[in-house]
Amino acid sequence: MNAQAEAMTDNRIPTQNEESAESLLQIRGLKKRFSLSGDFLDQLRFKGGKLVRHQEYVHAINGVNLDIHRGEALCVVGESGCGKSTVARIVMGLISPTEGEISYNGERIDNLNSRALLAYRKRMQMIFQNPYASLNPRMTIQQTLEEPLRLHHPDWDRQKVVTKVEEVMHSVGIDPDWGKRFGHEFSGGQRQRIAIARALAVDPEFIVADEPISALDVSIQAQVLNLLMEAQHERNLTYLFITHDLAVVEHFGTRVAVMYLGTVCEIANTATLFAKPRHPYTQALMSAIPRLEDDRPQHVRLEGEVPTPVNLPSGCVFHGRCPYANARCREEIPLLQTQDDGTRVACHAVEEGRL
Amino acid sequence: MALLEVNHLDVRFALRLGEVHALRDVNFTLERGERLGIVGESGAGKSVAAFSLLNLIAKPGFIAGGEVRFDGQQLNSMSERALRKVRGNRISMIFQDPMMTLNPVLSIGEQMLECLKAHRRISSKEARAIALDKLYQVQIPSPETRLDQYPHELSGGMRQRIIIAIALLLDPDIIIADEPTTALDVTIQAEIMALLLELCEKHNVGLILITHDLGVVSQVTQRMLVMYAGRVIEQGPTREIINDPQHPYTQGLINALPQMATPGEKLNQIRGSMPSLSNLPSGCAFHPRCDFINRADGQPRPACTQQVPGFVESGNCQVACHMVAELIDKEATDEARLKETNP
Repeated sequence: MNAQAEAMTDNRIPTQNEESAESLLQIRGLKKRFSLSGDFLDQLRFKGGKLVRHQEYVHAINGVNLDIHRGEALCVVGESGCGKSTVARIVMGLISPTEGEISYNGERIDNLNSRALLAYRKRMQMIFQNPYASLNPRMTIQQTLEEPLRLHHPDWDRQKVVTKVEEVMHSVGIDPDWGKRFGHEFSGGQRQRIAIARALAVDPEFIVADEPISALDVSIQAQVLNLLMEAQHERNLTYLFITHDLAVVEHFGTRVAVMYLGTVCEIANTATLFAKPRHPYTQALMSAIPRLEDDRPQHVRLEGEVPTPVNLPSGCVFHGRCPYANARCREEIPLLQTQDDGTRVACHAVEEGRL
Repeated sequence: MALLEVNHLDVRFALRLGEVHALRDVNFTLERGERLGIVGESGAGKSVAAFSLLNLIAKPGFIAGGEVRFDGQQLNSMSERALRKVRGNRISMIFQDPMMTLNPVLSIGEQMLECLKAHRRISSKEARAIALDKLYQVQIPSPETRLDQYPHELSGGMRQRIIIAIALLLDPDIIIADEPTTALDVTIQAEIMALLLELCEKHNVGLILITHDLGVVSQVTQRMLVMYAGRVIEQGPTREIINDPQHPYTQGLINALPQMATPGEKLNQIRGSMPSLSNLPSGCAFHPRCDFINRADGQPRPACTQQVPGFVESGNCQVACHMVAELIDKEATDEARLKETNP
């Protein structure tokens, strides 16, 4: 499997030379395993009279290659457990990858120590899913928003910090007079605005948003999504937007990467993907969106459920649920291959023209 | 007569800071085998409405007025003992989080049998046969082995199927489903909703579906209620409301969906947020967020800020909005005038 993943990396770089020039962030051959077996002593087991070391891993990400272009909103979609949040966290340097490289502006950032990473932390910021958990309950909004400024601009005087905080509060539609209040005094939508303000305070160029609107009500979702889009236009931001909501992706994303069980199965421009989903999993996912128009759900039913990432299926990870799977799918891992309209699909059936 | 009738239901919570009016004057009916959706944002009172049907409101909440009539009986004044014969038997519930609903220390079989034996005098063997049949109906693979498994051994989608099987155990007349698929992934959600719809149709079971997802409501239900700040503001056939919403809030909700806007353009947002129930605006609770409180001549309509709107009939729908009422009045007078001029 290792060799195949390497082959995937090799195959990609030469064919995608057009991308590397304009891409802000590059993810190459990314893998992440989480150990399930605990400490060394926990790993020891008796087996047939012998003491053996037994290790088990969750294979959260298995060879992901992604390029995020400057100024775009790349949406990563997939169901829970597909590794989309793990990708976001690795990109931000919150967890370190098991294998693979992350480059920002052509420089590798996954192996930096925290001091060297600080310069990048200012340029890339993160917005989390749950605004009830991501604001410190013991800090006022003013303190919350000042903290990143004080950390990244230690030379700024007090007046400059206060002015900047006021400016970002204005830009997200929060009254600067509310600075003395605490997080719990605000509604979910307002808290998410504050979390966005915190991310924008240091004038980043790249924002990772991990399900930023999933915890919000429908009418508030629209407000926050509009805010994120405005910020993108005004500040020329680049987004890595993690979500499970395809309706939001259709509206917000420039390009979409569909993930399944730790691998990317399709990357395409948003309009192309929604007009013509290629991968069988993408097709099933698309058909499952509850739409207002149809009276009856006409969704593609998938067999069974997502397999556990502890014991990955051989070959294509989707083969157990795929209606088009054959012997080759069960043995050979499909690679992302570029179609004539620029969509990249990892599927043997698409490649062979069976689908 | 309708199977379930809710008249002027009024639910309050007696909190230390004063009484909070969670439901005000809620009226609706459900016919046998009908599927009704209750839509609204968090805090609109949709879950309270569902819970109060079976008098499941926990203290400090209480039903302060109105009645719930089910098959000729008044549920809200019934004794606990009598009510227990209805709960889970003739009206069953499906809750949001399948992990919270199932008891983690009992096997699936024990939980299913417990429910059957509480309501019917049957042997364990018969009960097991019924349980197996229901598991088979919800399309669970190898139901025999599932009966002896514990909830943690099953995936989220599988657990929700088990909950549906339990809800169907005693062939209820009505199933109340409170956000049954919110905790699940999109593909699983689509499967569960399709299953629920199929079973309700096959057994002629009524369904009250509570959700914030307009897409789900439009696919599953025949009629819907839209709630805002404890009141029903619009009700009628689902298709009509989705295609042509009358109330400004319903219009706002539907237009705020990303699929209603051109990709990349600004979404049509509703400004502000839902008011707190303890501090409702005067008049129509929606008026501070409403774009239509001004009359045609540019002056604000005084009724909107002072008077709670009553229901007016608009087509097959009922709408609680002064603006809509004014429009309908105007149409009626125009028509009358037209008749006068050329009889």
